[in-house]
Amino acid sequence: MSVITYRQALRDTLRAEMHRDENVFLMGEEIGVFEGSYKITEGLLKEFGERRVRDTPIAEEGFVGAAIGAAMLGLRPVVEIMTINFSLIAIDQIINHAAKIYGMFGGQTSVPMVIRTPGGGGQQLGATHSQNIELFYSFVPGLKVLAPSTPAEAAAMLRAAIRDDDPVLFLENLGLYNSKGEVPEGDETVAEIGRAAVTREGTDITLIGYSRMAMVAGQVAEALAAEGISVEVVDLRSLRPLDRQTIVESVCKTGSAVIAEDDWLTYGIGAEIAASIQEGAFDYLDAPVRRVAMAEVPMPYAKPLESAALPSVESITTAVKETLNAVGRRVG
Amino acid sequence: MSNNTAQKQPELVQLLTPEGELRRHPDYPIDISAEEMRGLYRDLVLVRRVDTEAVALQRQGELGLWASLLGQEAAQIGSGRALRPGDMAFPSYREHGVAWCRGIRPRQLLSMFRGVSNGGWDPHEYGFHLYSIVIASQTLHATGYAMGVQRDGALGADGTAVICYFGDGATSQGDTSEAFNFAAVNNAPVVFFCQNNQWAISEPPERQARVPLYRRAAGFGFPGVRIDGNDVLASLAVTRAALQHAREGQGPMLIEAFTYRMGAHTTNDDPSRYRVSAELEEWRSKDPIERVRTHLTNEGIADDAFFAEVDAEAESIGERVRRECRELPDPDPLDIFHEVYAEPNGHIDRQRADFADYLASFEDADAEGVR
Repeated sequence: MSVITYRQALRDTLRAEMHRDENVFLMGEEIGVFEGSYKITEGLLKEFGERRVRDTPIAEEGFVGAAIGAAMLGLRPVVEIMTINFSLIAIDQIINHAAKIYGMFGGQTSVPMVIRTPGGGGQQLGATHSQNIELFYSFVPGLKVLAPSTPAEAAAMLRAAIRDDDPVLFLENLGLYNSKGEVPEGDETVAEIGRAAVTREGTDITLIGYSRMAMVAGQVAEALAAEGISVEVVDLRSLRPLDRQTIVESVCKTGSAVIAEDDWLTYGIGAEIAASIQEGAFDYLDAPVRRVAMAEVPMPYAKPLESAALPSVESITTAVKETLNAVGRRVG
Repeated sequence: MSNNTAQKQPELVQLLTPEGELRRHPDYPIDISAEEMRGLYRDLVLVRRVDTEAVALQRQGELGLWASLLGQEAAQIGSGRALRPGDMAFPSYREHGVAWCRGIRPRQLLSMFRGVSNGGWDPHEYGFHLYSIVIASQTLHATGYAMGVQRDGALGADGTAVICYFGDGATSQGDTSEAFNFAAVNNAPVVFFCQNNQWAISEPPERQARVPLYRRAAGFGFPGVRIDGNDVLASLAVTRAALQHAREGQGPMLIEAFTYRMGAHTTNDDPSRYRVSAELEEWRSKDPIERVRTHLTNEGIADDAFFAEVDAEAESIGERVRRECRELPDPDPLDIFHEVYAEPNGHIDRQRADFADYLASFEDADAEGVR
């Protein structure tokens, strides 16, 4: 067992997958000579050469479209979009082509590609560079959207994404790259796509998150345990397909739920989770489902304003306590 | 081309004049046998007949939509016959003539326009991809595919080349410019074949570009050439040269086939709302089929019996297309859940099961739950 960063887990996995399968190659802006804006691809150009690690011009629609063509030839492109914000430029190729080619071409050709891209605020990157727009892709049949929160998950899920025959949007998070976790030495687990995980068992309330918010949810649960509150944490891990069963089973057990999400509240991922809970656990609910999300404003650049806009340990803790109070359990 | 005041029209490569006379071109010599000439004539006539039939079938409610190739037969047959079996073509949605050359049967095309199948053929089997409906998206797919061919080392005198078809309208999309640039900087083995049919639905050329389209290539650093798109020999010779250029690793080329969409954009369009009949008449005098017939007659390499035979074959194909179209079976409603994902997917399976239960709930449902 070794403790490594989320960044290292991604890099190790890319490297191992490139050794495993000659058809896997990387493409994106700044990933070669510069070794990636966030250094996920550090060392890979040196090791694999330009044939396997392709630097591209600043043209997201272009290289995502070209990757789709390469995937139709039978290659397995792993594309890096520097941040999810820039995927907006490629959204036609992702939603109208990557997601639909298999169906519109009558199953004649699949598109086995991965788009790796980080979301996340909190880095003072301003309104156009701090968004969490994974919802756009989670909405679309034909795509799969994965959002791991720990280094071990990141490795197992990236492995699964690369080996999958469908297009996968693999969501990373700027706030997770330096986070650390245990990854077993020589681990070759391939995650099952579409499974959430109960990462902490509890009995009083279910706290649901994904990506960075799953990590924050763990911190909230840990702190509340000291106050005698038993929080069950569900890490969604996969936004499409969504594991409704794990969510519903947890809420049936605890009777209440809070959802923590890094996107905007209205029409957000949390709305879909709340609907799923209503459909599957209506008779078990002792209080309304609460959502804690970003303030519905373009992300401010000023640090204090950005912090105010983002969900935090404090705001999630407050929502958990208010929900438990609504249930009738006085928790201060 | 009545209103283009942007500048004088440039020279185009023409090997067979509208009067049916052969012309030599220093860069694009062509050596073609009488039999090949007759074969090209047959192709041109038969695809026009298939196209005419498809328009009629749409008018009769048998097809949801049809995008007619009328007037563009020479551009498509010439370039289509330039392809080798191992080459790959990425079409837009009007390339019925290229499909014909690749061995796709009309029935396979009609199954898509009738809406009973999403994919009528295996693109790798025919070296012909499925139709792309979104404008210009396939320029990037073709480029990425060509980069993959290059990566696999499948170049050389007997290597693989990729050809991408699009119209003048697609040149206004960013995808096309990005594809040109990617292909250029990577020296990808792709031929960009632009059929400039003078109308992007209702937009004329002067509202789309200030310079002739073939000159775009120079700005990206690869050769571009304009051909008489109604001249099947120019299309054949120049495409053959461009494909060879690509397959030997010399990079992309742009061919602008200067032609004319004699019909509507699609069966949903009425061109009389935006263009004048005199323009159509002018292009009718440059018809891509008539000049081949004149040439065959003047040179004495085809007689009346040959023309009668081709006409009879066309009639028979028209009849067959009509019959086969009507015989295409409707798909099962549950098919909507097929082919959403290549891998098994529980969410889709649950939706399918729910919908099957719903269908089975009707009194007139059959044993499989389908009404």
